[in-house]
Amino acid sequence: MPNGRVALFATCIVDQVFPRVGLAVADVLERIGYTVDFPEAQTCCGQPAFNSGYREEAGRVARHFLKVFRDADYVVVPSGSCTSMITHHYAQIFADDPALLAEIHRMETRVWEFSKFLLEVAKVDDVGASFDGAVTYHDSCHALREMGVKSGPRRLLSKVRGLTLHESETAEECCGFGGTFSVKFPDVSGGMARTKIDSILKTPAKFVVSIDSSCLMQLEGALRRAGSEVRTMHLAEVLASR
Amino acid sequence: MSELISITEGFKETIGNKNLQLAIYKATGRLIDKRKHAVTEDVLPGYQDLRQHAHNLKRHTLDHLDYYLEQVEKNVEAHGGKVVFCKDGAEVSDFILNLAKERAARLIVKSKSMTTEEIHLNERLEHHQLEAVETDLGEYILQLAHQRPYHIVAPALHMTRYDVAEIFTKNLGVENETVPEKQTQIARAVLREKFLEADIGITGANFVVADSGAVVVVENEGNGRLSSSAPKIHIAIAGIEKLIPRAQDLAVFLPLLGRSATGQPLTVYTSFLSGPRREGEIDGPEEFYLILLDNGRTGLLADKDKRESLFCIRCGACLNHCPVYRKIGGHNYPWVYSGPIGAIITPQFHGVTQDPWLPFASSLCGACAEVCPVKIDIPRLLLELRSEVIQAKTSAGKNRTELTAFRVFAWVMRHPRLFEAFGLLGSIMAPSGEADGWVRTLPFWMRVGPLKKWVAERDLPPPAPESLRKLWRKRKPASKDK
Amino acid sequence: MSRDYMLQKVRTALGRAPGEAIPPPPEPLLRLVERDSKDRVELFQRNLEALNGHVYRAADRDAARERVAEIMNGASAVASNSPVLRNCGIASLPGVETGFGDRDALRAACARTAFGITSAECALAETGTLVMFSNAAEARLISLLPPAHIAVIPASLILNGLDDLFSRFPRPADQTSAMVFITGPSRTADIEQILVRGVHGPGELHAVIIEDVT
Repeated sequence: MPNGRVALFATCIVDQVFPRVGLAVADVLERIGYTVDFPEAQTCCGQPAFNSGYREEAGRVARHFLKVFRDADYVVVPSGSCTSMITHHYAQIFADDPALLAEIHRMETRVWEFSKFLLEVAKVDDVGASFDGAVTYHDSCHALREMGVKSGPRRLLSKVRGLTLHESETAEECCGFGGTFSVKFPDVSGGMARTKIDSILKTPAKFVVSIDSSCLMQLEGALRRAGSEVRTMHLAEVLASR
Repeated sequence: MSELISITEGFKETIGNKNLQLAIYKATGRLIDKRKHAVTEDVLPGYQDLRQHAHNLKRHTLDHLDYYLEQVEKNVEAHGGKVVFCKDGAEVSDFILNLAKERAARLIVKSKSMTTEEIHLNERLEHHQLEAVETDLGEYILQLAHQRPYHIVAPALHMTRYDVAEIFTKNLGVENETVPEKQTQIARAVLREKFLEADIGITGANFVVADSGAVVVVENEGNGRLSSSAPKIHIAIAGIEKLIPRAQDLAVFLPLLGRSATGQPLTVYTSFLSGPRREGEIDGPEEFYLILLDNGRTGLLADKDKRESLFCIRCGACLNHCPVYRKIGGHNYPWVYSGPIGAIITPQFHGVTQDPWLPFASSLCGACAEVCPVKIDIPRLLLELRSEVIQAKTSAGKNRTELTAFRVFAWVMRHPRLFEAFGLLGSIMAPSGEADGWVRTLPFWMRVGPLKKWVAERDLPPPAPESLRKLWRKRKPASKDK
Repeated sequence: MSRDYMLQKVRTALGRAPGEAIPPPPEPLLRLVERDSKDRVELFQRNLEALNGHVYRAADRDAARERVAEIMNGASAVASNSPVLRNCGIASLPGVETGFGDRDALRAACARTAFGITSAECALAETGTLVMFSNAAEARLISLLPPAHIAVIPASLILNGLDDLFSRFPRPADQTSAMVFITGPSRTADIEQILVRGVHGPGELHAVIIEDVT
């Protein structure tokens, strides 16, 4: 049985808007034998500033992150985009700072998106979950394209007792969130969400599952606006279900 | 951001036009499928290696472009042609007008070239009693309609057969004809005459081959061949970035271009043209000119981090896969180059402050980078351009509100207790929504900025009554299983 | 016009000196495959037929000539000066004009004829492609202006694909001013993405493969 300590980096959106996702991550990890810490000084990875072109400000937030998680052996993150910010973009911000760059490179190997952690570090694909429902999976862009996360979550879902997985035609298409893009270009963002939900609603799924809460917020917002009863769940919440 | 308001008006119009949305979606969807089936492991083994090889070739060529420019010039001249270096569109048209005058030329036939769109060549030539006719079917239709291309590879993607019928009736005096096959025959008959009468044929060049002094023209219709073979003078116009080192490199570039653009391993016609006709040849042009255009490319070349923007082989795959392009279409981009490639090169050619919104009009999904045959890392370049836009705005003192907002953001995020306090404040102030808290309409005093924009398109979740950090303090760890 | 100015701008952008040497480019990537000649012929046929080209196998020169006559079906044709056509007797079929050496006469003939008949320099099995070199034997417009094109090629001219071609002809510009790959009949999908054949180039493409000739 795997054991060890991991630190949970919940991400600011989970902390403030979808805390049950953070609890679900902890439940699953504890169930498979890990001790989970929640360093209280954590806040955000800095992505909103970075994506908006404010590298200096993003850098300040990044330094704080590095400080908070300096001593963690593993940092588990229920988000592809936040993981990618840390493991791909921190190095770009501090490209001219060799000392910090070294620290960032050490951090890169210790920060894990939740589904990848389960499969590649904990090496489990069955966490004993049961969830009686029809779901469809949305491939979050950063995880899919930057981290190769595609078959992993599907494998985890396939072990959930009672769950049926239905693929939507647009599974790999962007939900339209894109951070501040969602409010800078709301028409386009909303249009992208509607394209997604059109094909989601063609499946029998009652839930849309993904590994990124910002995608789920965007999709659920659009589903509700369209009057649909289909809801979203983070992969962690599905895996925490009994 | 007042320029943003007029831009988004254009977006709204396109997004609200159901027929246009369907046309864009279907056309790009078709090209997406065709590409997908053309790059699977069984039909194109080692596709990823080919992409990397093409990327490496382009990097090598552009890193040593002066050498290859001199080599191509030497080889073109060795085969009886002439290379003309033009720093901008004005020099191109001056050269052509001069040549036309010297040769008493009156009619020019043109095959599809985005480079000539970039410099508005037809407009420049029009005012001088020179008739310059587009011969690619889509471009011909656009020329009659005075519109610019909607897509790099499918220029008239946004038009219906009824649009085409109207354009033909109005401009050619023919009876209303709405059947595409018949419309094509009409254009064919008109343009045939032009090919055979033309004094000069102008083509673009998909590739310029340094070791051969040759241009490569890739097409499906045959107008490129006719434009370069029927008239006595052939002028090929290419940006300096089109160079590749050797003819042998086409074994990699041609399949990548065809498969990425339309799913075709090779297009119907690929011409490898190295100058005027030789001794013994019965037909072909008697004069050949290769115009190598700068028009700002040396500026992009100088920026090492973004030099790969020049690797583009104009396949259009990034446009097809871009969820933003698929919503807003080609005419909502400020320049002739649209889609993701347009988004990265436009600010580099025109300066980041000209269309400051452009690098932000992307969700950074990365679909473009995934399909780019030469592996241009478009999302990375968009992020760099965003940073440059902000720097430019900040230095000009134009960005106070947003800058302050992000400074506050950074400050709050470095002070966890402040973060918690703000979160608490948010959950107190949050409007009560529907049954489970999601909000459809905001109270009037909250209908501002990002909140208003969010709620315009989708419901908004409320902040959680208790944040995770608060819940964590009360939490008992879940028991270990098994 | 701006030659030196532009070259200097390029050098400055790259931080290079005039005449500075360059490292060698990445080696060309040519992946050669082994394939039986019979398989190559079949592959060529399959691929060209998939593009709406018509492919016929002729056992010998006489069969090739008969096949061409059948395709022509009494209509007119302009034939190139290729020895292949001469040796098959195709150049002397009724309705065939050949032996053009004058550009204008050739163009006029091509503009009013029903078929253009050529041979080819070689062909590519993997894509169903005809490779034409412009020279004294083959004029450019014969395979381009008439509404239909018939290409008569010995089976031995069929190579595997581009990798073979560029191994055999690393410097095509040494051979001809115009090397053209013809991969199926002319087409467009510019109007509503609907496929239409025969836009500017020939809308009909026929390939007659002679099996016993080298």
